[in-house]
Amino acid sequence: MPGRMKQAADLRARQAGDRLHRFHGGLSLPHNKAVSCGVPLERAPLPGELFIPLLQQSGREAEPTVNAGDTVLKGETIGRFRHLGRGCVHAPTSGTVTGVVLHPISHASGEEGRCVVIRPDGRDQWKDLQPIGDWQQTDPEALRERIRNSGIVGLGGAMFPTGFKLREAQRRGIHTLILNGSECEPYISCDETLMREQPESIVLGARILQRAVGAKRTIIAIEDQMGAVRNALETAIEGAGDSTIRVVRVMPVYPEGGEKQLIRVLTGLEVPSGGRPSDLGLLCQNVATATAAARAVVEGKPLVERVVTVTGPGVRRPRNLLAAIGTPISVLVEQCGGYTPDAARLVLGGPMMGFPLGSDANPVTKAANCVLVLTEKEIRDKRPEMPCIRCGDCARACPAQLLPQQLHRFVRADAWDDAGGAGLADCIECGCCDLVCPSHIPLANWFRYGKSRLRERALERHRADQARQRFEAREARQERIRLERKQRIATKKAALHDDAAKKAQIAEAVERARKKQEHTP
Amino acid sequence: MVTAILSIAVLGTLLGLGLGWVARRFRVESDPVVDQIDAILPQTQCGQCNYPGCRPYAEAIAAGEAPINQCPPGGEAGIRALADLLAVEAPPLNPENGAESAPTFALIDEEACIGCTLCIQACPVDAIIGAAKLMHTVIESECTGCDLCLPPCPVDCIEMVERKPVAGEWPWPRPAGEAGA
Repeated sequence: MPGRMKQAADLRARQAGDRLHRFHGGLSLPHNKAVSCGVPLERAPLPGELFIPLLQQSGREAEPTVNAGDTVLKGETIGRFRHLGRGCVHAPTSGTVTGVVLHPISHASGEEGRCVVIRPDGRDQWKDLQPIGDWQQTDPEALRERIRNSGIVGLGGAMFPTGFKLREAQRRGIHTLILNGSECEPYISCDETLMREQPESIVLGARILQRAVGAKRTIIAIEDQMGAVRNALETAIEGAGDSTIRVVRVMPVYPEGGEKQLIRVLTGLEVPSGGRPSDLGLLCQNVATATAAARAVVEGKPLVERVVTVTGPGVRRPRNLLAAIGTPISVLVEQCGGYTPDAARLVLGGPMMGFPLGSDANPVTKAANCVLVLTEKEIRDKRPEMPCIRCGDCARACPAQLLPQQLHRFVRADAWDDAGGAGLADCIECGCCDLVCPSHIPLANWFRYGKSRLRERALERHRADQARQRFEAREARQERIRLERKQRIATKKAALHDDAAKKAQIAEAVERARKKQEHTP
Repeated sequence: MVTAILSIAVLGTLLGLGLGWVARRFRVESDPVVDQIDAILPQTQCGQCNYPGCRPYAEAIAAGEAPINQCPPGGEAGIRALADLLAVEAPPLNPENGAESAPTFALIDEEACIGCTLCIQACPVDAIIGAAKLMHTVIESECTGCDLCLPPCPVDCIEMVERKPVAGEWPWPRPAGEAGA
C-alpha cells in the first residue's frame, strides 16, 4: 500500500525531532573543540589588502563589476552572476579596488582564480543600507529576493546559493525548517560560538526563513554537549515569543551534521538517493546561514564576513574569529599568536573533510569554516598504503550504507557503470571509511575522484547526445534541400519534354496572337 | 505405449505452438548494434575515421568493414568500450587516423573574419553563426572540436583552444599509489 506508506512517512516527517533515531555507521571522534571554543569571539583585523575570490559558490566564477581604481563602500556589489537565482559578491569593507588578479582562492584544486583586490581605507563605511523593518508583513517573495541578492550561500561548506534553495523549497512545499547546528567534525566550533554569542540573530533568522519558505515550524539541532548553547537559544526563543521554534539535542556522532544523516536522526526517514530533503517536506540550513539571512533582511547587510575557527595543535592561541571575506589566512593565524614551531600542515576545514592549503596567502571564503594547523603527528596520509584485506570495517562505518571496499575496487578499475550502480554518487565524502581502514587506503579521495569522473562522464554523454541531435538535424535539412532542388529541376525538365504541354502552349500563343490581330483595326 | 507417444507428441506440438506464439507476440525489439556503437562514439563528427560522421563509422563497424581503432577523439577508453561491446581484442589507436588529444573548441578571431560563410557550411553540428560579409562566431558549448572549419577558412582566422575545466567543475585527480585493489 504505497499510499498509506507515504502517509506514514509524511506523518513522521511532520513529527521531526519528537523522537530521535540512529543512522547507520558513523564514528565517535574526540572533539578537540574546547581549545577554540572557550575564548569569546573576536574580530579579525582588516589586512592591508583583501583578496575576494569571484568563485564564492558552487559552480562558476562571478563576473567582476568593478575596475582597478574604483572606490567602493562596504556592501557594494563587486561581482555578479549572469544566471538567474545566483547571488553576488560584495565588498567586505570600504576602500579602493587595486585590480582583478589571479590569486589562490582556497580551493581544493590548489589552483588560482580571479580575485578582486581591495585596499581598505580604514573607515569601514557601509553603503546606503535598505533594511526591511516589518519583515513579518513583507511578502515572502520579497524576503527570498533579498536573501538571494545578498550573496548568501550555505555556510556549512557546500556554498550552495541559499536563494536558489529557498525558491525550490517554497515551490515544492515545506512544513519543517531544520537549522543545522550539529557541528560534528572535530576541532570546528564556529557554529557553536555563533549560537552561544548571537542566539537572538539565529532565532530571528529562523523566523525569517520560516516565513520566506512558508514552513510551519523550525527545529534547531544542536549537539548533546552544547549546554550553554541550548540555554542561550531557549532564552532567545522565549524572548522572541515564538512557539514554533524548538531546540533538539542530538548525540554527537560524526557525521551527524550531514544533511541526510541529520534528517535520518530527527525523523527516522531516509532522503531518497538522488533526492532532496524537500521530498520529505523538509529544508535544512546551517545556523550561520540563518544569521546571515537575518542580517540581510533586518539590517540590509549582504554577506561579507563569517566566523572562522582557527585551531589545531600548530596554532598558539586557538580561537574563533569574525573575519571579512578575502582576509588572508596568515592574518588570522597572526591574530591567534602565530604558528608553533612544529606546525607542519595548513588545512582548510576540519580534519575529516578539509583539504590541505599550499600557503597561508589563501583568503577566507564563504565556505571557510575552519583553519586547522596540524603538526607532523596528526598527518594521516603519510602512512604507507597497503592492500585491502576485506575486513569490512569501512562498510560498518559508512553513514550512507555503501560498500566502500567494493566501490574502491570499481573506481580503481575505471569500471564506472559498476561504480555508479553501486551508489558512488551517494557517497558524502565524510572520510569515515578512510579513518577506520587498517590498510590506510585513501578511500575518500578515491571516491572524490570517482564522483568527479562520473559527473564528467554524464557531461560528456550529454554533449555527445546534443552533437548527435544537431548533426542529424543538419543531415536531414541538407537532404531536404537536396530533394527540393532535385524536384524543382525535375518539374522544369518535365515541362520542356512534355509534347502535349508544348502543343497546348503553342496553341495558346497562336490564339493570343490571333485575338490581338482581330482587335487591331 | 502408443498412448504415451501420442500424448507426448500432442503435448510437444501444443507447447511448441504456444512458445512460437509467445515469441512473436512478446518480441523485444533489441537495441541494434549500430545504435550501441554510435552511443559509444564521441559524436564529434570530425571524419578522422575516414567516414563522413560518427553514425556512418558505427554502421561500418557493425558491418565488419572497419576496425574499431580509428577514432582519435574517443581515444583508448573509447576503443576499450567498443572492444567490450563487440567482445574483441582492443587494438591501439591507429596513428594514421590521428592522435588522442585534450578536448578543444574553435575560436574565431573576430577582427580577422571576413564573413565568407565557408566555415558555417563546414560545421557538422551547426555551431557557427553569422551571415555573408558579417562576422561569424562559434557557439562554444555546441562546438565538438572537430577541426573541420579550419581548412576552408581563407584567412586562417580560426584557432582551436583547449577546453579548460572551470574552477567549480575542477576534476579531482586520481590518487597516487599502486597497492590495494
